[in-house]
Amino acid sequence: MRFLAGALALIGLAAAAPLFVRLEYFYFAGFVVLQFVVLATAWNILGGFAGYVNFGTGAFFAVGAYSAVALYKAVALPLGLQILAGATTAGLLGFGVGLLTLRLRGIFFSIATIAITIILETVVMNWTYVGGAKGLPILRPTEMPLHFTNYTQWLFLVMTVIAVGAVAIARYVQTGWIGRGLRAIRDNEGAAECSGVPTLKLKLAAATISGALMGAAGAPFAQYLSFIEPSSAFSLNYAVNALAMPIIGGTAHWIGPVIGAILLGSVQQIVIVTISSEINVLVVGVMLVVFVVGAPEGILGLWRRYVLRRQLPTNGGP
Amino acid sequence: MSTLLAIEGVSKHFGGFTALDQVSIDVGGGERFGLIGPNGSGKTTLINCISGSLLNDQGSIAFDGKEISRLPAYKRTRLGIARSFQIPRPFGSMSVLENLIVPLEYVAHRGSLHLADARGEAMEILKGMGLADKADTRSSSLSQVELRKMELARAMAARPRLLISDEAMAGLSSNEVSEVLEILFKLNAAGITIIMIEHIMQAVMKFSQRIVCLDAGRIICEGTPAAVVANADVQRAYLGA
Repeated sequence: MRFLAGALALIGLAAAAPLFVRLEYFYFAGFVVLQFVVLATAWNILGGFAGYVNFGTGAFFAVGAYSAVALYKAVALPLGLQILAGATTAGLLGFGVGLLTLRLRGIFFSIATIAITIILETVVMNWTYVGGAKGLPILRPTEMPLHFTNYTQWLFLVMTVIAVGAVAIARYVQTGWIGRGLRAIRDNEGAAECSGVPTLKLKLAAATISGALMGAAGAPFAQYLSFIEPSSAFSLNYAVNALAMPIIGGTAHWIGPVIGAILLGSVQQIVIVTISSEINVLVVGVMLVVFVVGAPEGILGLWRRYVLRRQLPTNGGP
Repeated sequence: MSTLLAIEGVSKHFGGFTALDQVSIDVGGGERFGLIGPNGSGKTTLINCISGSLLNDQGSIAFDGKEISRLPAYKRTRLGIARSFQIPRPFGSMSVLENLIVPLEYVAHRGSLHLADARGEAMEILKGMGLADKADTRSSSLSQVELRKMELARAMAARPRLLISDEAMAGLSSNEVSEVLEILFKLNAAGITIIMIEHIMQAVMKFSQRIVCLDAGRIICEGTPAAVVANADVQRAYLGA
């Protein structure tokens, strides 16, 4: 109940924001931070809960983005349906990646997800309908929805809704029987199977949900930039951030990736403006190393150790 | 005594190596059954084939009259086959109680679980194992004997009709061996069929009504504990006399 109220309040705030925040840059940067909230939350469903580390976030993101672009160019699909289409194709890709877990575990699974990214990027590079390697400019719709006068503000609201939805799904997965099954898989897959957990089904579900959410995050990407090209859509930055943010926030709880994404995402936006966009990658790297060495359970782990002064609760949520 | 588990001509190869060669065993309902043999003789491979962690290449495995040799492991668990592991495999990030909630949630009360009931039920099982005071401890910080007991408790939480105990006493002191043995006797008295794999001869002799000795993937002897120990092949292959 409290979660639902908070979720609705956040969406309401994002919808009302144009009435009191005029600064255009706020929405431009906020969109990126929210996009990372979705990616980090989605990554954590497979990587944090089930322990399968996916390095292919960029592939899912780009599949979502290019599905949206192709359909927008072909039939001028409205944004809501673009997102749905992006989520569907990326969800299918997620299902395929889930099938890989039949044979590949640990580092081998992770390497396979990198390979998928490279293969798909090459395919899109040669797909001229969506611009191929040189990219494709996108003309945003001229009519504004609701009370909006600026399309970026509208996209900011849309991404808020996706982020809230993603977090709600992650929370549902974590706190229920699925979450316990995924944790059992992460801790010991063989023992999980012998305890009656249908490991393949759960991994497929986790990979599909995770992929679909990443695709949903990618779908508005081209509208946001008014442009799309493969090397930015498939950027390794997405993979690195989607992994670093949950690790920095804490992977055991749905709030961890949210904390990590807001913290790291905001710091990056500030660094890009005040210093340079190259340093911003360095920031991620340094923070990741510091946390992996100093606080392997992330900010959540630190919070529990020093503020609540107790062992990590094992029931997986409040 | 009706047959609960019927293994018929089961073989398993790993590349050119034959781990199991035409093994046939019947285990009756309510029986205490011992499986012995030297290291590498195929004991664990056999129970991996029974529990579904491995699929046998030839032969059939029937549980309660139903062919199960192609079912995935989780379905066999749901039919009533539970096991402990030779090297304990706890769900390390969970408490001891939660380790038991996993099978309770996925097997015993599938689709109709109230978490409070499951906790109560898990607590009952832990009491029976003498682990009640460890319920909220993280399972990764348990001692060896506690881990062994938790493995059995978690297997029991799946409400099995057949429990396979894979060297549940390895590395325990003689007092601890008696403790675990007592638990297994108690479970058997409650009607659960038990297959025990064990290297500790005094335990397996005391526990089993019938023993099979494997060597190089083949059954070399089957009979009462006394008869098996007296068998010349068993003495040469395993006991080292």
